[in-house]
Amino acid sequence: MKRIVVIALNTFKENLRDKILFNLVFFGLMLIGSSVLLGSLTIGEQAKLMKDLGLASINIFGVLIAVFVGIGLVSKEIEKRTIYSIIAKPIPRYQFLLGRYSGLALTLSVNIAIMAVGFALVLLLGSVSLDIGLMKAIGLIFLELLLIVAVAVMFSTFTTPTLSATFTLAIYVIGHLTGDLKAFGDKLENPLVSGVLNVLYYALPNLANFNVKSEAAHGIPISGNYLLVTVSYGVAYAASVMVAACMIFQRRDFK
Amino acid sequence: MKPLRIHGLTKEYRTGFSCRSVMALDHLNLEIEEGEVFGFLGHNGAGKTTAIKLLMGFVYPTAGEAWILDRSIRDVGVKQYIGFLPESPFFYEYLTAEEFLLFYGQLFGMGGLRLAKKIDELLELVSMTDARHRPLRKFSKGMLQRIGIAQALINDPKLVILDEPMSGLDPIGRRDVRDIILRLKQEGKTIFFSSHILPDVEMICDRVGILVKGRLKAVGTVQEIAGASSVTSIELVVEGLSEGALAGVEGLDTTLIRRGDHVLIKLDDEARVNGLLEQILKHKGRVVSLLPHKRSLEDLFLTESGMNRT
Repeated sequence: MKRIVVIALNTFKENLRDKILFNLVFFGLMLIGSSVLLGSLTIGEQAKLMKDLGLASINIFGVLIAVFVGIGLVSKEIEKRTIYSIIAKPIPRYQFLLGRYSGLALTLSVNIAIMAVGFALVLLLGSVSLDIGLMKAIGLIFLELLLIVAVAVMFSTFTTPTLSATFTLAIYVIGHLTGDLKAFGDKLENPLVSGVLNVLYYALPNLANFNVKSEAAHGIPISGNYLLVTVSYGVAYAASVMVAACMIFQRRDFK
Repeated sequence: MKPLRIHGLTKEYRTGFSCRSVMALDHLNLEIEEGEVFGFLGHNGAGKTTAIKLLMGFVYPTAGEAWILDRSIRDVGVKQYIGFLPESPFFYEYLTAEEFLLFYGQLFGMGGLRLAKKIDELLELVSMTDARHRPLRKFSKGMLQRIGIAQALINDPKLVILDEPMSGLDPIGRRDVRDIILRLKQEGKTIFFSSHILPDVEMICDRVGILVKGRLKAVGTVQEIAGASSVTSIELVVEGLSEGALAGVEGLDTTLIRRGDHVLIKLDDEARVNGLLEQILKHKGRVVSLLPHKRSLEDLFLTESGMNRT
């Protein structure tokens, strides 16, 4: 456990020194710029639009970091051959993987926390009231990111960074459309195709579950029950993906 | 308890989608004694790095087994007692020298004052105390190699495995690495390193093993491998010999090369050197120099690897 923490903190340090938190500057500019612009464009709906836009920005920046840093977590180590000096230490491979994963999770949580505070400040300055729904939405965005990082890590344990990025982005996009897959499959008469679509529906992550942005922006309450089910689903899915990643990583050769 | 025992270790790589396979290491058997410096020789692609990667658990063997300090290499815990320097080391370049050693120390479960003291000691050993707050990205290759050696020693290992520790270094860098290896030997550590820089190996190794195309061709002390009578030829430079005397010398199965007053005489058989000297003295010749050519590790290496074209 201690070794996982050592690797995680080193990964966090690496992220900081790679200036990943720089994205916050763009986030800030975007948030301020858009609120100024929207303020002059819309009448009445300003609060809702600001919430919508803020949550969407947090989501987009988070996903970009999760995918592009996530795919490098392992493949960069292999490519740069830094992995040799780590595997040579008395640390099981799965602990290395979990450490790298936790490090990026820490980076993402700090990143999202700062964005959330910035978002709250902009809302307060625009005299928009804050409510707990926004917090819930941001929490679920974070959970979605944890799942995406797990997928990115899994792909990067056995394939190149470019392919990992492609696969992970594909999973992200499809993950938001799985509901359509099921609906489409149910309407088809061909049992084979609808069966395949059904399998895909259950196998791929249902990322739409984590998207409660419009509810939060419109002030529609998000039930505790929904939260509980979604959080359990996210954690279980991410954990299974990480177990698969550890198994692949354990077996592979570092030539 | 042997620091390292290797039995039938084999690694076969499959290439691409075809079913062709490459035998990178073919049934390697080897035992390393405690406290010795063992040089693992072979040209590029001979399988040295593969053997080391197998020992360190980076790749899994196709067949065979190895034990470090009587524990299987599959046991991650045995790495607690190993120090390892990878070939042309790549490290986290965003860390400073001190943070770098701290990180690796923590991976061994070390911490606190003990680790801080060890870091000071190691930075001193590799003469990098001044660079302790500098990030690794600003290091030269020689400095990276030295800090790499320092990380390999952070856990006070019993067995030190170094993959090509001298490659790419300038003469001073190589001497530094040599000195460090000898110092480790004095401290009672066992050192196993691969190299193709033969003079260095000859200078510091107790025993060497020669690997050719994945197979171990020879193992033993340099003298053992080179043979008891390691003198292969003798070269004499003489002066003051008349043509008649030279004709007599030529009859002794020698090669003569005339260089002005001096004559270079090459003799392939060591046993005939006394007879030749008698002839020279009898004809009032003067010996300018006498140089026995020994069979060096390099010749041996070239012969064993089938690359000797002379």
